[in-house]
Formats: sequence, C-alpha cells, structure tokens
Amino acid sequence: MPIFVEKKPDKLISEDGTRIDGRKPDELRPIEIKVGVLERADGSAYVKWGGNRILVAVYGPRAAHPRHQAIPHEALVRCRYDMAPFSPSTDRKKPGPDRRSIELSTVIEEALKPVIFKEMFGGTAIDIFVEVLRSDAGTRVAGITGASVALADAGIPIRGLVTGCSVGKVGDFIVLDPGHEEDMWGDGDMPVAFFMETGEITLLQADGQYTYDEFQRALKLAYNGCKQVYELQKRAIIEKYEKLKLEGETDE
Amino acid sequence: MSKKIVELLLKDHINALVERGIRRDGRGLNDYRDIEIMSETATHGDGECWVKLGKTQVITGVKVDVGPPYPDTPDKGVFVVNVELLPLASPTFEPGPPGPESIEIARVVDRTIRSAEAIDLEKLVIKRGELVYILFVDIYVLDYDGNLFDAATLSAVGALSKTTIPVVHLDEEGNINADPNERFKLELKSKPATVTMVKIGKKLVVDPNLEEEQVADGRITFGVKEDGRICAIQKGPGSLSIEQVEEAARIALSKYEFLSAYYR
Repeated sequence: MPIFVEKKPDKLISEDGTRIDGRKPDELRPIEIKVGVLERADGSAYVKWGGNRILVAVYGPRAAHPRHQAIPHEALVRCRYDMAPFSPSTDRKKPGPDRRSIELSTVIEEALKPVIFKEMFGGTAIDIFVEVLRSDAGTRVAGITGASVALADAGIPIRGLVTGCSVGKVGDFIVLDPGHEEDMWGDGDMPVAFFMETGEITLLQADGQYTYDEFQRALKLAYNGCKQVYELQKRAIIEKYEKLKLEGETDE
Repeated sequence: MSKKIVELLLKDHINALVERGIRRDGRGLNDYRDIEIMSETATHGDGECWVKLGKTQVITGVKVDVGPPYPDTPDKGVFVVNVELLPLASPTFEPGPPGPESIEIARVVDRTIRSAEAIDLEKLVIKRGELVYILFVDIYVLDYDGNLFDAATLSAVGALSKTTIPVVHLDEEGNINADPNERFKLELKSKPATVTMVKIGKKLVVDPNLEEEQVADGRITFGVKEDGRICAIQKGPGSLSIEQVEEAARIALSKYEFLSAYYR
C-alpha cells in the first residue's frame, strides 16, 4: 500500500504566469542528451529532461523474430516503452507492461516510423527500447527525442530527426513542457512530436479541454519548444563524433 | 553456424592465453575490470546505485513499501529481490517475464544478502503481525558484457547501503501517516559481495567478461563478507574438482576488501 499520498499544491501558476517550479509559460526544463552510452546496443541515448532519466537502445536492422511478424518489403519497426519499478515518485510500479505502457509503445513507434527508410530493410526488425529510470512528466516525448537520436547513432538511414515536446494547460495559461505537478493537477496535457525537417506532426495526443484558439497556440508553442530540443539533439550527435575524431587524432 | 566456428576459434585462443596467465583485455587471472559507481541521481528509489563493471552496467533502485508480514514471520519485515534482463541490454535478451537466468541471479543476490544477515528485518516492523516495511530491490541490467552476478550484488548492496526509509505512523484506526521529510537510514550489519569465477581450460578466471563467459567450461560464485566468511555459493554449468573449488573460495575471500571499497 502507498506510504505517501501527494497533495495538490494551492496554486500551480501565478497571475503573471510564473509557474510552480519558477519557469515562465514558454520555458523548457533543463535538457541534456548523451549519445552512444551503451556498449551492446547498435545505437543508444541517455536523456535527462527535468527530473526524467531515460535510456534508449536501438537494435537492428536484424533478423525479425518471430518470423511470421517479418514484412517482406520493409523493416518491422517495434518499440517497447517500459517504466522501471523505481521510476515513479510515488509507490513502486509492478515490472512488466501495463495498458499505459502498451499504448505509449505504439504511439512512440508510430511517431518514429515516418522518418525511417523501412523499405531498405525488408524482412528485418528494428527494435527500439525506451526505459524510463526516473519519471517526472513528459516521458513519452523525452523517449521519442532520445529514440530518434539513438536511431541515428545506430546508423539506421532516417530522413531526419523526430523531436518531441509536451504542452499543457494550467488555468488560463498554455504552458510549455509541463512538470510533475502541472501534469498531475493541471487542466490538460498535449504531447506533440515533429519531423523537424518538414514540420510534419508524427505524434499528437491530448487530454483536457481546449478552445480552437488555445489549440492553435498550444501547437505553436510545442513547435517552438521542439525547435530548441532539436538543436540539443543535433549537438549531442555531433559531440559524440567530435570526441571520436579527437581520439582518432591522438592515435596518429 | 559460422558464429559457432568463430566461437570455437576464440575458445582455443582464449584457452591458450589463459594457460599462460594472460587475458585478451590485458588483465591478470584474478583481476576485476574497472569498477565505477555513478554518482548521479537516476531513479526515484529510496536508495539507488548504478554500477559499471567494465562495460557491464547495472542499476538498482530500492523502493520501500508497507504491508502485512508473512504469517510465519509476524515480527519481520519483507525483503524482495528482482532482476530484469532488459532487452535494451543485449541482443540476446527478449522482453517478457523473468526467465531462469534472471531468477537465478536474483536468488543468488537475495541469498548472499540474507545469509550475511545484512538487514535486520526485525527492525522493519511497524506493528507486529500487522504492518511491516517491504523493501523491493529491483536490479535492472542495462548493458550486458559479462558477470552479472557480481555487478548485481555490488549494485544491490550499494543501493541498500544508501537507502532511507520513511517513518510510518499507524494511528488507532489503522491509518498510516508519514512525513516525506522524516526518514531513517537502513543500517546494514554486513555489506557482502559476490565473486564469480569461470573455469577456462584448467584455470580459474575472476570477473569473466562476455566472451570469457561464452567459452568457459564452468562457473562458480561465492558470497563473501567482511569477517572472512563465505555467505553463499552457486555453482553454474560445468564441473570443478575439490581443489579447484577450494582455490575459488580462497580467491573469492581475498577479493572482498577490494570490492567492499566501492561501498564506501
């Protein structure tokens, strides 16, 4: 049985738009992305996003098992989103998939598929494993952000990076990247992911109620947030290869 | 098929090297790989420890819960060890409920900690027969490059040694109350470690990496503690002579001091 019951804070946002964690409505939490953190995986990434800690591994293209799942003319892209038992700030999560993680696995998979050149790898599987070690709101978009970087790290041909970011509604404010309290007690959450090269949306979900105007503002805010995250993704990939270059140079 | 041939060639090569007291990565036969304890907060556990043993990575999070004790031990808290071999960690690990491999590791870690009497379970009682603390020790394998037994034990004991427990009050109506800031430290009476060796040819090799595990003819793990006693044994595949088992025990005991430095 749970030891603690979290209490709703008196106020999530002040009249001037200062949020419970001190951020402005259009401000992201601190984000750090590291590429190539795992030895065995073909590609990997570690994402620190606010209090979130997420590891992503990519395997493939590799033989698809079970065989009957293989698609002759394109790669089978599979995603498994999983939350570790010690990841929630509240009580322990039972290990293994539940309804939520199965849904998130599907939407993450669909968010990434459009950028993968699946047609190049018929009969194979590309597996994406998103492991949430510490959760603090916005894990699916942080997972997508890490996964597309890990796909690049695995050397899998992609049309470009997919970048995710959530927006939320807190009272009358549309806020970027809702934090834990805003996610728990806010008035709506809208995770979005873009294929940044073209601006196409590859993930869009929402709960809460929005006027058409609020919806438009939310989408725009999400796009602006993703633009910032996109720069961090590119930076993370470049950093890995800059490091390799330096190591190569000292060898000579 | 071709993989098997490469394995056989590799086996011959590793055997020949070990025969001369050398390993492919340059270690001596009784040497561990580099060990690193990551300092960053990566979980929401009440205690955590992320260990790198060479390229093997394991993270443990301890979550404290409360619930009724087992009927046969009304005056003891509960301690549960679980190991997940995440498909993220190796191309050979598949999603699904824990299989024999992860259950064996979980049970060896559990046995090592339990028989070392590391945790005073009687101190984890809130109300005798009714409400006790439950310590969930979840060991997550993130990157698999051999010797999960020792990495898992280091990570689990490391996490337990940093665990703090919320003080839970039980009122007359049986409701629980706790203040998030009121915690006590889990005191460990012992901080055991495991030392795993594989048999390659006629020799024992400490802390096998993945390729050494794959070509080995036998495996044995000893749980050891600070007073120089053995607190758990697990022989894996293969066979060992009495002399070899005795030698393995001596090596294991001699490694405790080195390993326990990572608990500080």
